[in-house]
Amino acid sequence: MTIAPASRRRPRHRGDALNALVAHGLLVVFAIVAIAPVLVVVMNSFKTTLGIFGGPFLPPDAETFSLQGWANVLSRGNFALNYANSATVTIATIAATIVLGTAAAWALVEYQVRISPLLTGFFIVGIMLPIRLGTVPLLQTMVSWHLVDTLLSLVLVYTAMQLPLAIALMTTYFRSVPTELKEAARIDGAGELRVLGITLPLVRPGLAAVASITMLPVWNDLWFPLILAPGRDHQTVTLGVQQFVGQFQTDYPALLAALSLGALPLVVLFSVFSRQFVQGLSAGYGR
Amino acid sequence: MIRTAARYRLLALFVLPALAVYVLFSVYPLLSSVALSFMRSREHTFAGLDNYVRLFTDPFVSERFGTALLNSLEFFLIHLVVEVPIGLLMAALLTSSVIRRSRGVYRTILFVPATLSVVIVGFVWRLIINPLWGLVSFPLLGDATTALPTISLMSVWQYVGIPMIFLYTALLAVPEEVVEAARIDGAGPWTLFWRIKFPLIAPQFGLIAILTYIWTFNGFDIVYALGGSAPGPNYATDILGTMFYRTFFGSSGQVADPDLGATIATVVFAIILATTAAYFVVLQRRIKTYEL
Repeated sequence: MTIAPASRRRPRHRGDALNALVAHGLLVVFAIVAIAPVLVVVMNSFKTTLGIFGGPFLPPDAETFSLQGWANVLSRGNFALNYANSATVTIATIAATIVLGTAAAWALVEYQVRISPLLTGFFIVGIMLPIRLGTVPLLQTMVSWHLVDTLLSLVLVYTAMQLPLAIALMTTYFRSVPTELKEAARIDGAGELRVLGITLPLVRPGLAAVASITMLPVWNDLWFPLILAPGRDHQTVTLGVQQFVGQFQTDYPALLAALSLGALPLVVLFSVFSRQFVQGLSAGYGR
Repeated sequence: MIRTAARYRLLALFVLPALAVYVLFSVYPLLSSVALSFMRSREHTFAGLDNYVRLFTDPFVSERFGTALLNSLEFFLIHLVVEVPIGLLMAALLTSSVIRRSRGVYRTILFVPATLSVVIVGFVWRLIINPLWGLVSFPLLGDATTALPTISLMSVWQYVGIPMIFLYTALLAVPEEVVEAARIDGAGPWTLFWRIKFPLIAPQFGLIAILTYIWTFNGFDIVYALGGSAPGPNYATDILGTMFYRTFFGSSGQVADPDLGATIATVVFAIILATTAAYFVVLQRRIKTYEL
């Protein structure tokens, strides 16, 4: 830590360098608190059991380094399949949410009739609806449709869960598209689907925001996989890790490797899409 | 312009798919859950208020429900009281003029915990506070008085990034001219923040409070990940979500009871709905008085 960057920018006030030092200091402390537990998990997954308990906060050295945990996870766990399941569910949910949500938001903004505000309100209320409390009938529906223990059941529920936020977001984006553009296309004889197609590039930030904000709760959910798709063949990563933790309670290196595996994809994806996510979170709820 | 009849047709065409999924898998289950709470599902007969009478008067059930309700309230209050000030501090630091260059890096790192699944959060914190080899020698999770606050703080650690992001974007949206004008008038950073920026972002606190309320009263994951559906010690960490799950699906010490489960869900739904409605009524009033 130095104060060099601040002084290079020629501070306006003399106190700026000190302020920068304090601000960076506090943020570094927060950052360490946020990230250290994650590093503890990843670090310890490369150690022997003895190494973990001997010094859980020490990095692996020549004596404690071991890849046994990772070997155990890859041989005993079901993680390739779990990953495939989570990826399928997440991607399918994002696709369905974007297609259905965009179409609905477009129509609610574009084809204003007397019931439009009411319909919009009906969707937006869903942001507040605690969908989990409808689990009992949801499970009954899935049973009668023979959808229990399928990935489709998860996709349907998650899409219903994410649609309100997606519609809230997309209506704000569609409202900002200039009317002249759409009218010009219509005068040129474009069909409504074509007009929507012309508009889409203008709302691309919105689509990205919807995608990134849908990703997190779907990938990390434990409740619905546990209830709707608990079978071994359809387990998501989150449920797979949870069950692995319950099953191999004593094999700490393997547990930590499994946890690292579960955490990795989202941490990476979020780091890449964090801008879109921030946009989605604030624009979606902040109305 | 498109004619009204055509507009209705187009609206239906574009909205119906979303409406169908939303109604079938979100609205209908919630309403149906309410209906189920007035039924005896095994015999398919109308039960009137029997399930509710049982929930509120059966000594065993009502005691558990009372505990779970109070625990959920505590879970919420700890979130609110700890998350909001820390989130505000983080947001203020991130948006301060002396940070600028490394803003994105800090923001991303501070949000990382919120991207983790609770399974990981629960496990890593159990490892860190384990009395045998961890950082504290007291069994925080094993003691009835500290267990729930401990779990709540783990959840706070995970989700503090969310209020941070709300306040962060609100602070960035404060018009530069307003800030500049105040600065020219001689306002220091402290005055600038509390007198100018803070009042402008104040509406965010209501939003954060109500969202935190909805999320925590629906809470389940972190408690389940740490202690299963019969969370101890002696139900000290049993919140509404875990009680609902245990009642509906049964657990080692309890037979499954879907009717009572639906009743608990309905009561929780009613509590959330009433509070949210009250919040919006108050909010609307306040906005009206500002406009006058």
